[in-house]
Amino acid sequence: MPHATAPELIRNFCIIAHIDHGKSTLADRMLQLTGVVEPRAMRAQYLDRMDIERERGITIKSQAVRMPWQVGDDAFALNMIDTPGHVDFTYEVSRSLAACEGAVLLVDAAQGIEAQTLANLYLAMENELEIIPVLNKIDLPAAQPEKYAEELANLVGGDPDDVLKVSGKTGEGVEVLLDRIVERVPAPVGDAGAPARAMIFDSVYDTYRGVVTYVRVIDGNLNPRERIQMMSTRATHELLEIGIISPEPIPTKGIGVGEVGYLITGVKDVRQSKVGDTVTNAAKPAGEALGGYSDPKPMVFSGLYPIDGSDYPALRDALDKLKLNDAALNYEPETSVALGFGFRVGFLGLLHLEIVRERLEREFDLDLISTAPNVVYDVTLEDRTEVKVTNPSEFPGGKIREVREPVVKATILTPSEFVGTVMGLCNDRRGSMQGMDYLSEDRVELRYTLPLAEIVFDFFDQLKSRTRGYASLDYETAGDQAADLVKVDILLQGEQVDAFSAIVHREKAYDYGVLMTAKLKEIIPRQQFEVPIQAAVGARVIARETVRAMRKDVLAKCYGGDISRKRKLLEKQKEGKKRMKNIGSVEVPKDAFIAALSSDASSGKEAKDKKK
Amino acid sequence: MPALPDGVPVPDDGTLPPWVSDAGPDGVARPRDGAFGVYVHVPFCSVRCGYCDFNTYTAAELGGGASQVEYATTALSEVDLAARVLERAGLTPRPVSTVFFGGGTPTMLPAADLARILAGVRDAWGLAPGAEVTTEANPDSVTPESLRTLADGGFTRVSFGMQSAVPHVLATLERTHDPRRVPDVVRWAHDAGLEVSLDLIYGTPGETVGDWRASLEAVLATGVDHVSAYALVVEPGTKMHAQVRRGALAPPDEDDQATKYELADELLTAAGLTWYEVSNWSRDDARACRHNLAYWRGHDWWGIGPGAHSYVAAGPASGTDAGAGVRWWNVKHPRRYASLLVEGRSPGAGRELLTAGEAQLERVMLGVRLREGLDLAVLPDAGRRAVAGLVARGLLDGVAAVHGRAVLTLRGRLLADAVVRELTA
Repeated sequence: MPHATAPELIRNFCIIAHIDHGKSTLADRMLQLTGVVEPRAMRAQYLDRMDIERERGITIKSQAVRMPWQVGDDAFALNMIDTPGHVDFTYEVSRSLAACEGAVLLVDAAQGIEAQTLANLYLAMENELEIIPVLNKIDLPAAQPEKYAEELANLVGGDPDDVLKVSGKTGEGVEVLLDRIVERVPAPVGDAGAPARAMIFDSVYDTYRGVVTYVRVIDGNLNPRERIQMMSTRATHELLEIGIISPEPIPTKGIGVGEVGYLITGVKDVRQSKVGDTVTNAAKPAGEALGGYSDPKPMVFSGLYPIDGSDYPALRDALDKLKLNDAALNYEPETSVALGFGFRVGFLGLLHLEIVRERLEREFDLDLISTAPNVVYDVTLEDRTEVKVTNPSEFPGGKIREVREPVVKATILTPSEFVGTVMGLCNDRRGSMQGMDYLSEDRVELRYTLPLAEIVFDFFDQLKSRTRGYASLDYETAGDQAADLVKVDILLQGEQVDAFSAIVHREKAYDYGVLMTAKLKEIIPRQQFEVPIQAAVGARVIARETVRAMRKDVLAKCYGGDISRKRKLLEKQKEGKKRMKNIGSVEVPKDAFIAALSSDASSGKEAKDKKK
Repeated sequence: MPALPDGVPVPDDGTLPPWVSDAGPDGVARPRDGAFGVYVHVPFCSVRCGYCDFNTYTAAELGGGASQVEYATTALSEVDLAARVLERAGLTPRPVSTVFFGGGTPTMLPAADLARILAGVRDAWGLAPGAEVTTEANPDSVTPESLRTLADGGFTRVSFGMQSAVPHVLATLERTHDPRRVPDVVRWAHDAGLEVSLDLIYGTPGETVGDWRASLEAVLATGVDHVSAYALVVEPGTKMHAQVRRGALAPPDEDDQATKYELADELLTAAGLTWYEVSNWSRDDARACRHNLAYWRGHDWWGIGPGAHSYVAAGPASGTDAGAGVRWWNVKHPRRYASLLVEGRSPGAGRELLTAGEAQLERVMLGVRLREGLDLAVLPDAGRRAVAGLVARGLLDGVAAVHGRAVLTLRGRLLADAVVRELTA
């Protein structure tokens, strides 16, 4: 019974797993076994709400489901808090973990642990969660449960025999797992008499209800029609509805210590209900907020432009709508000589970028060009003025004292045969090695510090292709460092093409210049005059290609029977001119920009392929 | 030939829109100034060349009035139809200024048949004094006798499809004639009192600049007064297109074609032949092909034969729904063409009624190709504003522009389509 459940009978847990290791399928089985979802209402990956999540098999937004589970005479309430499974959402993961006392570490029995799982596992261990190691997919012919049980036991400590073996697909072992959760995960502890303190671990915008906020109560309780207060902003709201999810929302008379539930206050923007913030009672506020709150910080930026310039207002409206549901999304209008009007958009990471872009294209039917993603640079000029650069074309010229770039701590898991290859890649990308451990005989964990900019530029694709897909990567931000960075501009007939400017390490400038000029030479149609394509650092040209002048543009033969055809061709050509962009006097088809930019954003291309 | 354009249906009896009539608003006819030309398409060849996309057939027996032996009779029935349609449309009868037999290979038909069709044209409208009557011919499909028959029948001019003087180039083009025969056929035609033009193609895969120079020199050695030179275009649907696609032949290179155009202009000009249209050179204005000039000047013509196009400009009367001109085209297949005529129906497959804007675009597009150039007064404001830039970039002749005409420079001729786009922007 919500609101009346003794903390001793509550278990809050999450599942830590890699993207395709079967977390959602296991969750589905739990929903069925506990009777929360009728078999006939069951659909695959019940908890993944958005289409994109369902299609890509990943979970972006966490939710919490309350499930009853009887052990002996006691009726327990299990709250399963679903965590996002990707590196971009580390902060959300950390808040979800903070709402739990235990974590199921779920690993594919045919693949072993992956880097992201490892990172989240460490996060859970830092939060002092009880870890329950579980191998999934034991029904697969390729499963090697003994081998990976050993690996898990080494990681979390304990006996390999303690590692549970389940199949989310067949349901085998899932009951034992539920019993194990009750047995091992500590009951929540809190002060029922203290002023209310509940931590927000997720908030979601719903078209009909406004923002739905998911909380875990630490102390006291929350009740309908109270005024609540957000401790970070001191903003107060009336609690219109409070309840639990099981698996659909069920209003209750309130939620108490250790319980997990949702709040509805009628606010329309997730920014008013921030993940990590503490909710308290406005009339009887707590003195101190719960720890761990921070604002989401965009790490990766990209320019988004409508291919059809007249879609600009539609893009703005679409971003405004997405923002309601995505506290991490931020954007400002920007203008590009090459691409027209668009927005510079900040993202948590590359996946976040792809998800946003895909939602804009799919849900709002927009055709977009996105510029190559870049990170934020802090530039200090000679006169000590500081400039924050989110768009490479705005990198200041003149005397620069220092440029700082964000760095990440990266964890890479790879079969030992690829260790040399991976180290070579990290070296190329200006990485510095922090450590290396053998997880088992043939699997190695490498720890590197790397500039985020290097990761953003096709690192993941390179890692995958050089290890035949076996290596996995996770990273977390780790401050910044000074670096010898320069801006490479691309000039068409002396005119800078802003969309192609990039900030790269001085030693990579030449490679980038050669790559881009060669690519553009292939793409830019011949003009009536010679078009030099140059890559330049400041005033110094580092690479050059030339599009030779077009010498012939005439249909030799034009007699009676050719006239209609020829006129129609001309009309078509004139129509085509409207899809041209002028860079100085050079006419460049918009498609050329798309082609030049899309081959860079290789991860974006991958997302496109998946869509088809 | 390429697919026919999209259009609206032609009425069964071929009736033209009422606004082509010469009658002014007061009902009084104002006969038009422009010439009236007749084109006769002869859709037969002995072989189909790999690069050719014209409407032509190699079988002698197509049946149903479309066979070679019956073709003259079938074509003449369209001449009759044309005379009726034009009269009914209110066009003041005009004698024909130019007749042009094209193909295909018109000389696949006996010279007597060609003369018979010409006689039918003369009977229908009369020939203007000094009328130009041309036929295309293959160097291997004429004899001194056949050329004399043509001259006797009223032909004044013959245009030989020489294409190249170099055997390997002719082989790539799948031309069957012996290039050594060309000086002979030119002499025979001159002897018969015919003017002669030689047609060349440049930019064939495998043709070197030296090959092209040899072809030009061979042409000049014959002493002809008219030369046409066309860049090879690989048209979709041709055998050559397939060869290029699968890599058996290199695609034509535009830079190579530009070089060859410049060489042609240089050698021809030095020999006293000057350009009068982008792809045509003549000894003097009188030797220019007046029939083709009429196309480029927007005059009226009737095209006889399968796939042939026709054009009639609007008359002086105008109304809200009046067009600026009507262009139509006949069904492509000779048998279908013949059977429609047998039924007394128009062989027109479709037509387009040009708007003033479309007619204007055509006027610029065609007029700019001529050395006489285009009257700048016909250009829209934006086009006139573009003239200075085009002169500055060396595409239009500055002196001519001062005198109110858009005339292409040598460089401008090679970029003529770009010039047209700017003038009509």
